[in-house]
Amino acid sequence: MTGHVMNLMDYLVAAPEITLLGLICVVLIADLFIDNEHRVRTFWISMLSLALLLAVLGWSAPDARTVIFSGSYVSDPLSQILKVAAVIFVAITFMYSRDYLRANDIHKGEFYLLGLIGLLGMMIMMSANSLLTMYLGLETLALSQYALVAIDRNNVTSAEAAMKYFILGAIASGSLLYGISWIYGMTGSLQFHEIAAAVSADPSLNDLPLWFGLAFVIVGIGFKFGAVPFHMWLPDVYQGARTPVTLYIATAPKLAALALILRILVDGLGALHETWAAMILVIAVLSLLVGNFVAIAQTNIKRMLGYSTIGHVGFVLLAIFCGTGQGNAAALFYMLTYVIAAAGAFGIVILLSRRGYDAEFLSDFKGLGTRSPWFALMMMFLMFSMAGVPPFVGFFAKLNVISAVIDSGYTGLAVLMLLVTVIGAYYYLRVIWYMYFEEAEDQAVLQASADTKVVLSLNSVAVLALGIAPGWLLALCVQILG
Amino acid sequence: MIGLEHYLTLAAMLFVLSIAGIIVNRRNLILLLMCIELMLLAVNFNFVAFSRFHGDETGQVFVFFILTVAAAESAIGLAILVVLFRNKRSIAVQELNTLKG
Repeated sequence: MTGHVMNLMDYLVAAPEITLLGLICVVLIADLFIDNEHRVRTFWISMLSLALLLAVLGWSAPDARTVIFSGSYVSDPLSQILKVAAVIFVAITFMYSRDYLRANDIHKGEFYLLGLIGLLGMMIMMSANSLLTMYLGLETLALSQYALVAIDRNNVTSAEAAMKYFILGAIASGSLLYGISWIYGMTGSLQFHEIAAAVSADPSLNDLPLWFGLAFVIVGIGFKFGAVPFHMWLPDVYQGARTPVTLYIATAPKLAALALILRILVDGLGALHETWAAMILVIAVLSLLVGNFVAIAQTNIKRMLGYSTIGHVGFVLLAIFCGTGQGNAAALFYMLTYVIAAAGAFGIVILLSRRGYDAEFLSDFKGLGTRSPWFALMMMFLMFSMAGVPPFVGFFAKLNVISAVIDSGYTGLAVLMLLVTVIGAYYYLRVIWYMYFEEAEDQAVLQASADTKVVLSLNSVAVLALGIAPGWLLALCVQILG
Repeated sequence: MIGLEHYLTLAAMLFVLSIAGIIVNRRNLILLLMCIELMLLAVNFNFVAFSRFHGDETGQVFVFFILTVAAAESAIGLAILVVLFRNKRSIAVQELNTLKG
C-alpha cells in the first residue's frame, strides 16, 4: 500500500467520478434556488450533468487496463461499458419519471440528487479494485436507494418498504463485511489481484477458513442481487416504492451488482471457483424456480416484474457459475439487455398511472391495444424480449447463457433453464393477452410528453433492433470478458 | 496468553448474537437498529484482530471507514423510522405487514 506517490495522471483516470461528485454539488446548490413551480429546471440540470459525464467518460477512457490510487481503483473495458450503460439508464429513469413526479406532487430535487449520488456509488463499484473501494461504493448506492424508496413521506407503503429494504440491506452489508474480514484475515490483503496472487501462491489457503468468509460474501452478494433465498426484500420494495423509484432500482444498480460479483468472485477469488460455483449454483437454480413460478400468481404488475427479475438473476448467476470467459461474457450481455427491457417495461407502467391513481395491477393493461396502440405495441416488444421470443434480444441473451452452460458440460441444467423459460413465457404473454383480447375497464388514453414518447419508443425498438443485430454487442462482451 | 483465535471467537459470538437479536425481536425497530450496529462492531473486532496479526495497518483503516458508514447508516435508518412512525403511529416489527414478502 505504501511507497506509491499519487500523481496527476491518477486523477485524470478517475475523472468521471470526480466530475460527477462536482456536478452533484452543483445540482445540490442549484436546487436550493429553484422554487416548486420551476422544479423541472433541476431535471434539466441533472440531464446536462449526465451528458457532460458521458463526454468525460469517453474522453478519459484509458487504452488499456489502468490501476491507480495504490491499487484501489481500476479502469478497464469492463468498467467503461458498465459505466456508460449506467449513466444512460439513470438518464432514461429521470426522463420517464419527470412527468409522473410532477403529476403526483412529489417532484422534489432530492429524487435527482439521490439518483446521481447512487450513480456515483455504482461507478465506484464498477471501478473497484479492492474490497474497501467496493464496500464504499456499495454503501453509497445502498444508502441513497433507502432514502429514495422513502421519498414520498406521506405514503405508508413506501415507508414500510423503505424500512424493510433498510434492515435487510444493512444485514446484507454486515454479512458481506464479515466475509470480507475473513478474506482479509486469510490472505492479508484487500486488493483483488493480491488476493488472487496469495491464493494461487499458497494452495493450503484454499481451505475451511477462507470458504467460511466466502460463504458470508456470497450471502451479501445474493442479497444485493435479490437471489433466492435472500430475495424477500425485492418484491416488497418494487411494490411499495413509487414507480419511478422502482424503475431506478430495477435498472442501473443491477449492472453494479454484476460488477460486484465479477470483481470479487472472478477477479479476486477465481482460484476458488469450485467452492463458490457450488454455492452460486444453489441460489441460481432456486432463483430460476421461485422467480418464475411465483410470478405466475401475481396480480400486481410491479410485484410480477419483481419476481421476473429474480428469475432473470438466476440466468445471470448460472452464466457466472460456468466460470468460463464465455459464461462471463454471456452474463454481461444478459444483464445489459435485460436492463434495457426492464427500463422500458417500468416506463410503460409509469405512463399508465395518472394523477392520484397508480396503475399497479395487470388488469390496468386491459384493452391497451385499442386505447393506445403504439404503447401497447412497445409493451408487446418488451414482454416478448423478457419471455425470450425470437427475434427479440432476450432470446439471444438466453441462448448465450444456455450455450455457455452446455459448453461447460451441464446439459441437465440447460434443459431445466429451457423448461423454466417456457413456464416464464406464460406470465409475460398474459400481459399481452390483457392488452389485446380483453375489454378495457376505463378508456383513458396514455398521455406522454413528446420527449418521453421518443425515448420510450427508442428504448423499446432497441430490444427488437438488438435482437435482429446482436452481433456487435455480443462481440464487445466477448472481447471484454471472453 | 490471549491469541488471535480468542478475538475471532468473541467477534463470532457478537455476530451470532446480533443475528439472533434481529430474528428474535418482534416488537421494536430501534432494537433492530442496535443489532445492526452490533453486527458492524463484530466485524470491526475481526478486522483489528487480523490487522494486528498480520502487522498490516490496512485492516485498521477499514475499521475507520466502517465506523463512518455505520454512522451514516444509522442516520438514514432513524430518518426512515421517523417517517414510518408519522404514518403508522407505531414502530413494532410485527406491524410491518402491508407488504407480503
